[in-house]
Amino acid sequence: MKIHIKNGRLIDPKNHLDRKADLFIAAGKVASIGEPPQGFNASHEIDANGLVVCPGLVDLSARLREPGYEYRATLESEMEAAIAGGITSLACPPDTDPPLDEPGLVEMLKYRARSLNQAHVFPVGALTQGLLGENLTEMAELSDAGCVAFSHAEKPLDNALVMMRAMQYAATFDLPVWLRAQDASLSRIGVAHEGEIATRLGLPGIPACAETIALSKILRLAEETGARIHICRISSSEGAEMIRQAKKQGLPVTCDVSANHIHLSDRDIGFFDSNCHLVPPLRSLRDRDALKRGLKDGTIDAVCSDHTPVDDDAKLLPFAEAEAGATGLELLLPLVLKWAEESKVPLIDALSRVTSRPADVLGIESGSLSPGAAADLCIFAPDAYWKIEPKSLKSQGKNTPFLGLEMKGRVRYTLVGGYVVYRANPS
Amino acid sequence: MQRQLNKNGELQHLLTIEGLSAAMLHHILDTAESFVGVTEREVKKVPLLRGKAIFNLFFEPSTRTRTTFEIAAKRLSADVINLNISASSQSKGETLLDTVNNLSAMHADMFIVRHAQSGAAHLIANHVAPEIHVINAGDGRHAHPTQALLDMYTIRHFKRDFHELKVAIIGDIMHSRVARSQIHALTTLGVPEVRVIAPRTLLPKGVEHLGVHPYHDMSKGLKDVDVLLMLRLQNERMQGALLPSAQEYFKYYGLTPEKLALAKPDAIVMHPGPMNRGIEIDSAVADGPQSVILPQVTFGIAVRMAVMSILAGS
Repeated sequence: MKIHIKNGRLIDPKNHLDRKADLFIAAGKVASIGEPPQGFNASHEIDANGLVVCPGLVDLSARLREPGYEYRATLESEMEAAIAGGITSLACPPDTDPPLDEPGLVEMLKYRARSLNQAHVFPVGALTQGLLGENLTEMAELSDAGCVAFSHAEKPLDNALVMMRAMQYAATFDLPVWLRAQDASLSRIGVAHEGEIATRLGLPGIPACAETIALSKILRLAEETGARIHICRISSSEGAEMIRQAKKQGLPVTCDVSANHIHLSDRDIGFFDSNCHLVPPLRSLRDRDALKRGLKDGTIDAVCSDHTPVDDDAKLLPFAEAEAGATGLELLLPLVLKWAEESKVPLIDALSRVTSRPADVLGIESGSLSPGAAADLCIFAPDAYWKIEPKSLKSQGKNTPFLGLEMKGRVRYTLVGGYVVYRANPS
Repeated sequence: MQRQLNKNGELQHLLTIEGLSAAMLHHILDTAESFVGVTEREVKKVPLLRGKAIFNLFFEPSTRTRTTFEIAAKRLSADVINLNISASSQSKGETLLDTVNNLSAMHADMFIVRHAQSGAAHLIANHVAPEIHVINAGDGRHAHPTQALLDMYTIRHFKRDFHELKVAIIGDIMHSRVARSQIHALTTLGVPEVRVIAPRTLLPKGVEHLGVHPYHDMSKGLKDVDVLLMLRLQNERMQGALLPSAQEYFKYYGLTPEKLALAKPDAIVMHPGPMNRGIEIDSAVADGPQSVILPQVTFGIAVRMAVMSILAGS
């Protein structure tokens, strides 16, 4: 299949390319930019006039709910949602049921995902067996089976000795360790950021120091062990500052933030909106603004969707009992565009936070339009408005704090390996 | 979304004091005043809610609050149905909204809801049919508006004017829905100085943003105070990481005649009940001349009658 994408605005953060040019695809790869390769005969043309053509998005955290939670969402529904959101590569955390702690489970997931022929799925393996925080998993075997990193998802990993051993072992094979920084004892009963809002609503709080205490433990152990560390979904101003300092000191640490947390704060909970029950909790406006700055100055490497489909039954409960999480795959691009516009970040820099930089964190080739690179592309209308409502989302999870709001930026085509896997209905 | 007021600005539900105007609070208190007479008559009934079905939905055990709501509803001639749900459907796995929908189908006019989770009454109010009224009888740590209203009634009864008062709320502010509702009511009614007195483990973060002054020392916090609002200390919080012991708590934060002497000579002492004598309050104070704890209970019925009749009339 040879595809000629005409008249689009090509944006490729990795190659600092932002110009109007044609793109030619052959044999599943980017063949050339500007002029067609010799003898190129397009079998298919896409008119991208008025559209942005960029590398397919790379999402560092998307729960697909398989195996174990198929009643909430299935691989089919969520992969549809991913490509509708322009996402062509995604990492999924190991907190499935059973957790991704055995090579067979990982191979199964990879196989199921591959057979759908849509986005590339990169499983993140469990750091300890059953995510119980006691015994290490067979990380080397899991890596051979397809795990790109190892994490503890949202399960507590209190034991510093186990954390240190896990990092040492992962570092032996140069495997990255992804952790979310949250001290378990300081957050066990909490459901909202500890502060004025939680106090007013009478909700048990999670203090910002739950993040900084855990983060300081992780960073010191990283220094001790030399492990490559990625911090998932940073939530506080102080946490972002600690990452900034760690990077200055040359520690091999990267970091991401959820797309929800660069726009929302605990104020958005209003009167107990359970769609704002998220993990980590939405923190103060000051924290949110610090996260936006950290993302702009590069302290925070990537924005992830933190896609967590939750069904209505699990949300129609009092705030603390409602299940945490929000749908996110289809909102990632518009939320990043919204941040770029509000924070006056050039489009090319903004797109790097969801393409080249998360690809570097994952250690994958995707995320660029270099000739010869796999033709994983997202083609979107940057000025198209659409309303976020259950029927406009493909994901089985329909709950998000942004429900009912208008968003700018809509995906028109998604290509994976040179095939058009998603095409928006003309509206 | 907060939906206590209908589009005419009338009270549709009573979920929290927060956001209600001083005029609305006085309207409720004035209406309650007109019902105080009824409760003193030989025939203690008025026909205002005749034919209305009021469901007491208590997802958390309570004797006092449920009883006063029941008495109030019966004095308004309503039919009252008491449900202790913690013992029935919840243990069978029925969700909160399923329970409420089932009861709505029995043509309820009003739900009085007590639940262990903050926000439960809001959730119910957001999902009931528009003609059904919801009264929050206590949700988690969040709000207990009728308790705060009866406290305001008691203060107004004994002190007349809110604008010159110093009021102290003493005890477990952190876990108290009563304290949060009292704070909103006092600040809305124009009390110039509201203090909260507790050890740091029992004060929630950022409480000063609610418009109160935190104190940790009773001798400073009680100085020149006109009204003392005591809070109940739950048994399970008397030991562990919040407090070392009930004895130490009583020594430093229990209200004794000596500590009460630091307040104004005509200060009144209130308590939402049930009291822990010898833990947060000394019997000599609870039964002493400055205690208005029993009048509180009496006024509580009139205040709940007022709230129900106002809701039913909106």
